[in-house]
Amino acid sequence: MAVIALMVYELAMGSAPALAEYGLDFVVGTDWNAVEGRESFGVLPYLVGTLITAALAMAIGVPLSIGIAMFITDSPARIGRPLGFVVELLAAVPSVIYGLWGLYVFRGLFVEWVERPLHDALGADIWLFSAAPFGLDVLTASTVLAIMIVPTVSSVSREVMAAVPQQQREAAFMLGATRWEMFRLAIFPHSRTGLAGAAILGLGRAVGETMAVTMLIGNAKGASAIPSSLFSPSQTMSSIIANEFVEASPASLHLPALIGVGLVLLATAVSINIVAHLLVRRMRVPGGGA
Amino acid sequence: MDTARRRARYRALFRQNVPRRLAVDRVMRGVVLACVIVAIVPLGSILAEVIANGAQAISIEFLTAAPGAVGSGEGGVGPAIQGTLVIVGLTCLLGVPVGIMAGIYLAEYGRGRLAGAVRFFTDVFMEFPSIVMGIFAFFVVVLVLGHFSAWAGAFALSLIMFPIIARTTEESMRLVQHTYREAGMALGLKKWAVTVRIVMAAARGGLVTGILLSVSRVAGETAPLIMTILGSSQFFGGFGGPVDALPLRIWRLSLLPYDSAQLYGWGSALVLITMILVVNVCVRYALMGGRASPLGMLARRRAGARP
Amino acid sequence: MSAAGAALEAAGAAAGAEAQASGEVQEPPAPALDAGAGYKMTAEGVSVLYSGKEAVRNVTMGFKERSVTALIGPSGCGKTTFLRCLNRMHDMTPGAVVTGRITLDGVDLYSRDVDPIYHRRKVGMVFQKPNPFPTMSVYDNVVAGLRLNGVRDRRALDEIAEDSLRMAFLWDEVSDSLSKPAVELSGGQQQRLCIARALAIQPEVLLMDEPASALDPIATQKIEEAIVDLKRELAVIIVTHNMQQAVRISDYTGFMYMGDLIEFRDTRKLFTDPRHRLTEQYVKGTFG
Repeated sequence: MAVIALMVYELAMGSAPALAEYGLDFVVGTDWNAVEGRESFGVLPYLVGTLITAALAMAIGVPLSIGIAMFITDSPARIGRPLGFVVELLAAVPSVIYGLWGLYVFRGLFVEWVERPLHDALGADIWLFSAAPFGLDVLTASTVLAIMIVPTVSSVSREVMAAVPQQQREAAFMLGATRWEMFRLAIFPHSRTGLAGAAILGLGRAVGETMAVTMLIGNAKGASAIPSSLFSPSQTMSSIIANEFVEASPASLHLPALIGVGLVLLATAVSINIVAHLLVRRMRVPGGGA
Repeated sequence: MDTARRRARYRALFRQNVPRRLAVDRVMRGVVLACVIVAIVPLGSILAEVIANGAQAISIEFLTAAPGAVGSGEGGVGPAIQGTLVIVGLTCLLGVPVGIMAGIYLAEYGRGRLAGAVRFFTDVFMEFPSIVMGIFAFFVVVLVLGHFSAWAGAFALSLIMFPIIARTTEESMRLVQHTYREAGMALGLKKWAVTVRIVMAAARGGLVTGILLSVSRVAGETAPLIMTILGSSQFFGGFGGPVDALPLRIWRLSLLPYDSAQLYGWGSALVLITMILVVNVCVRYALMGGRASPLGMLARRRAGARP
Repeated sequence: MSAAGAALEAAGAAAGAEAQASGEVQEPPAPALDAGAGYKMTAEGVSVLYSGKEAVRNVTMGFKERSVTALIGPSGCGKTTFLRCLNRMHDMTPGAVVTGRITLDGVDLYSRDVDPIYHRRKVGMVFQKPNPFPTMSVYDNVVAGLRLNGVRDRRALDEIAEDSLRMAFLWDEVSDSLSKPAVELSGGQQQRLCIARALAIQPEVLLMDEPASALDPIATQKIEEAIVDLKRELAVIIVTHNMQQAVRISDYTGFMYMGDLIEFRDTRKLFTDPRHRLTEQYVKGTFG
């Protein structure tokens, strides 16, 4: 606890010069210029980048994870168990290796098979697909991020579904439910709190994740980091820190500004967590929620 | 037979929808299977690429030599391997005792409000983005000592390790049956003696599992190392100086435009992933014997699952 | 329960050994089905292998419409296992293999080209422990099966729900709290809710697995009343370990022992004039 307090204090002190200089503009500003004499630092683009990549990763990763959990729950142990084991091992793969794979393998395939076809087909009409795909962009980073949260989210979802009592499944089957209807009648209602919790764990990881995103997001700066489409480069809070921390001169406002980004990142992560935990708690009240 | 007629009327209201429902069921089964395939393919691809590309890079020189000139394709990643080992060792030195102590406190003495607060904060702490740990370590170690160092990296990593070990320790000690404790008490042992000699001994497997899994987690951490150990192309020159580490080296290599850098990146990834997966697989097979991992239990509890 | 059960089990084992010695259990009387009886449901030579172990051996029984059939026997005798075959509930138990032939209205339940869903519409089941869907209201629990069957009309749903709850003797207690979560009902009410839920799909056969085992006497009585009433509509097959209950509510009783159907007759006759020594020992409580 003391460590946390100290940590917040140090981050606050470290970023104080930047915060003092720019005030609220530091959070809502969109400029980012480290060149001496023309310094200007605003976090907003990176905050937006973080939220968008995390949200997209959730949108892709959570349904995928729940599907995997359903498959494992629904399979006999001799298939489900090894599959669960493999999925859990993948949680142990370091994020920098996901980044490496994303950069050298996934990016090329993804541009060719997903992004370019989407762009060609819809780019002219829908702004989401408008930018020319290059592979170092929001969608690539979010997709890799989604792959990274799958092991965590799916293994927790699986545990939660396995905890649904057998009698509940039998009740559904007794009524003549198909397997899918059994999931809808017995398993989802029973495990929705746990599934939400699993998603939150994934969100926590997606928000704080640094390396793979840094390697894939294209590292735009300032206002241009607010993505104009799924195929534009962006920047997250953690990736700007990773990219610029070492080269930032402690004498200038650059370093305090980066530390300020860290502070905003911390605040974002913690508040997402608190909100999510409150949500889970509210869902747990019997009769509350759908 | 009024009721019989009534029931017949009710039955007539039922739709003959079974074929459609079975079709929906089959579609959903396909969707679910597709999810598995969509997830497994990239994961398989990662392992395959790392192994296939990494194997080309691996040689005695690669594993032991210091890096050659940038882009030359000479030398190796010896310092990074050495650095990772040194830093993980240091991290354990810092993180394991503190984590275990905290876990013991939570499991054996943690009833009151203070324990609740400690538990809450370890949970919150676990969710902190790791890069923030790096910034913090930069402040309290790098700035104070005046230079990047192995200590700073280990400090940052131990902050990541600490809550994992604390909570896995707590979880596995809680699993020890109460009768063990009572038996110890009945022998007239002091509470701490019961804790150390009996409960810890019984929970040993869980403790080791937690430690090894947290080791494999921190060994792959990159972000907090950027601002603490800096990276280096020299072999280890003392705890006080910059050192290299595999994940950091992989990242740096990925920023370089040379083919040789890419090859070296894959090679380093192979070394790193081998270290981590070996630890993981061993832990799972040897220590857990197919039981749920303490990390899994933890995640489940935190996800709010009913027991 | 556990101590008494263990004692009974031990006594049973002794009796079994004795019976085996005299060659009685090896050749259990397998009553052939009466061809002209017009059974609603039949089981012929049904055996269940449970991960290699034979839990039910060569059981042949016929169940008539508008009758209550009780299955009795010591714990672990296979009566629940057998009951679950009648609804293909073993499909989801890994390692369970069912052999023999079970028919409903003359159609083979285990034939490969009919999905069990078709049968389960006609065969309702009530389990040992009440298992209402905890997140649903009382009303939603009752109509869950109807919704699966595509009944959308609100008025029809209301009518069937009320009818089913009345048949399960629960309507008067819950008529003004239909939107309450099902878990807020008492244990006995939950069990009757489960009966109503099973009845709502208008089954022709109702399987009950010790539906009163966890309930107090008053709730038990209500459930028994409901069962006797249901007999006017459908075939009820009930597993019970309570012999008085079997006497009170059933027309036919089958006594099972260690996987075999030892005797299956008219209830009154089975209890007053058992043909088989094991049955006699069991119904008189002098096992062993």
